[in-house]
Amino acid sequence: MFLRAVRSEFQKILTVRMWWVLLIVLVGYVAFTSGLLAGVFGGLGDQLASSGGNAPDITDAALPPIIYSIASSIGYVFPVLFGTLATTSEFRHQTLTPTFLAQPHRGTVLGAKLVTLAVFGALYGIAALVASVGLGASILSATGHSTALGDSDTWALLARVVLAMAIWAIIGVGLGALIPSQVAAIVIVLAFTQFLEPILRLMTSLADWAAGIGQYLPGAASDALVGSSIFTSMTAAASGAQSLEWWQGGLVLFGMAIVAAGLGYLTSWRKDVT
Amino acid sequence: MSTSTTIDVRGLSKSFGQVQAVTDLSFTVRPGVVTGFLGPNGAGKTTTLRMLLGLVRPSGGSATFGGRAYRELARPLATVGMALEASSFHPGRSARHHLSVYGTAAGIAKNRVDEVLGQVGLGDFADRRVGGYSLGMRQRLGLAFALLGDPGVLVLDEPVNGLDPEGIKWIRSFLRQLAGEGRTVLVSSHLLSEVQQSVDQVVIISRGELVYDGGLAALDGGTRILVDSPDRAGLESALRSAGADVLALEDGLAVTGSSAADVGAMALTAGIPLSRLTPEHTGLEKAFLDLVGEGGRP
Ligand SMILES: Nc1ncnc2c1ncn2[C@@H]1O[C@H](COP(=O)(O)OP(=O)(O)OP(=O)(O)O)[C@@H](O)[C@H]1O
Ligand SMILES: [Mg+2]
Repeated sequence: MFLRAVRSEFQKILTVRMWWVLLIVLVGYVAFTSGLLAGVFGGLGDQLASSGGNAPDITDAALPPIIYSIASSIGYVFPVLFGTLATTSEFRHQTLTPTFLAQPHRGTVLGAKLVTLAVFGALYGIAALVASVGLGASILSATGHSTALGDSDTWALLARVVLAMAIWAIIGVGLGALIPSQVAAIVIVLAFTQFLEPILRLMTSLADWAAGIGQYLPGAASDALVGSSIFTSMTAAASGAQSLEWWQGGLVLFGMAIVAAGLGYLTSWRKDVT
Repeated sequence: MSTSTTIDVRGLSKSFGQVQAVTDLSFTVRPGVVTGFLGPNGAGKTTTLRMLLGLVRPSGGSATFGGRAYRELARPLATVGMALEASSFHPGRSARHHLSVYGTAAGIAKNRVDEVLGQVGLGDFADRRVGGYSLGMRQRLGLAFALLGDPGVLVLDEPVNGLDPEGIKWIRSFLRQLAGEGRTVLVSSHLLSEVQQSVDQVVIISRGELVYDGGLAALDGGTRILVDSPDRAGLESALRSAGADVLALEDGLAVTGSSAADVGAMALTAGIPLSRLTPEHTGLEKAFLDLVGEGGRP
């Protein structure tokens, strides 16, 4: 029963265009950003450092993880949107009717959706890594820097990027169930991830007492899980941002996903379908 | 085909906040016949059908298929097939994919998808995105979804909506055929005339309450006599005391169960002059409108 529900959810995603449209934008965006970063710090970084300017102080060893983790530190909004759209489109197109007719146990449907989107989130993570590592490592080695690809720590980081992307997709599903209006959900996701959270993270990093709170913001928890992020490196250099251990970050992020999905189930998912 | 079961509705009620959509509704739908589920717009038909299928939670009462609620059925889509009014499709998905998504979830054999698409006449359009479908094509796809599991019970909400005359003819004979195969068929409509050629039994509701449950033939009001007099009040009491079944209308009186000659004789006996004496065949549609009140509510 559950397996059938999961297969149905996979089919739902693969039979409309959204998954690859989002994927192309994600890969393009991550490739552009990581290429730019590798170019700037790999190519010009030496000159900036020797000129003694106040460029962010990023050591050679820290550079590869920062560039590779662009896949999640910048790209995480895509699995969130993906999960949100997958859920809200069911409300928007009233496809919850045939869905619940084919599988009247609504919890099973939501569970199948969470599993399915987690898999797609992980696949998005892998695709984004192909972009960030592929382009980033090429530029790093071309400019005479270490790519750190022989280092097992690097591969552990890549695996954590995939995990983070999977959890973000689950968060998206939960948000979609919490906010069934598609437009409202997209606006909230974009406003929070692109605008509100970066500001909050910057502000909380300015005071010690706030930094302890700031590390629990979802983006901060995700960066902690991955273990590296352009955002953390930039702010940590300038201020006192704190970061959780990687496993703590993972648990915080996963906890948020479960809470969002649980609240979504208790609110809109169990409602009358009219 | 799976075994056909009865649909048993017992004391079903639903309120949406202040709106009492369905009130204490009870009726039984039997296999082997087409049952019409009729009522004016807003009478509560869709709400009732959605409660049958577990999509809307009743405020009271129950609806079961052979004793089991929809969510308790072992193979729901293969037991009960339904086409609901709202067009519940993702516009970017093709008809074939639409059916296979839900067929997969319900564990229905893959070859059924092409079978039902052919059955409803959509075989040539199976790979087109549903967003480009006409209303009639969507209705047909809805019907294909209902047939997907080859169910013994079919629940159809306004399936005639949007179909062209040929489509209407086709669905009428199709419904008969399905019932002839021994299936339980419940089909809703807000127009009696739309389904009267294909239904045997009717359940009529108005403002959420049951007003008629029985055979179509018995619904026909037969002939009534319209009668009037300058002394209408006097005529009415005279007819009543003579034992006639009199209904006061805006523009006269209507007598049922008596012939025009009888009514004329009653008036003569009482010495009341008549200004009108006309037999009128009421017909099904009139009987329906009388039952649901003046058009029900909007
Ligand atoms: N989700 C809802 N929230 C509030 N009121 C509702 C809801 N769904 C239906 N109603 C109300 O319940 C009543 C019955 O509606 P329903 O859709 O069941 O009627 P219907 O018989 O199917 O009408 P139609 O012939 O127009 O399809 C109406 O008054 C309607 O406004
Ligand atoms: Mg309706």
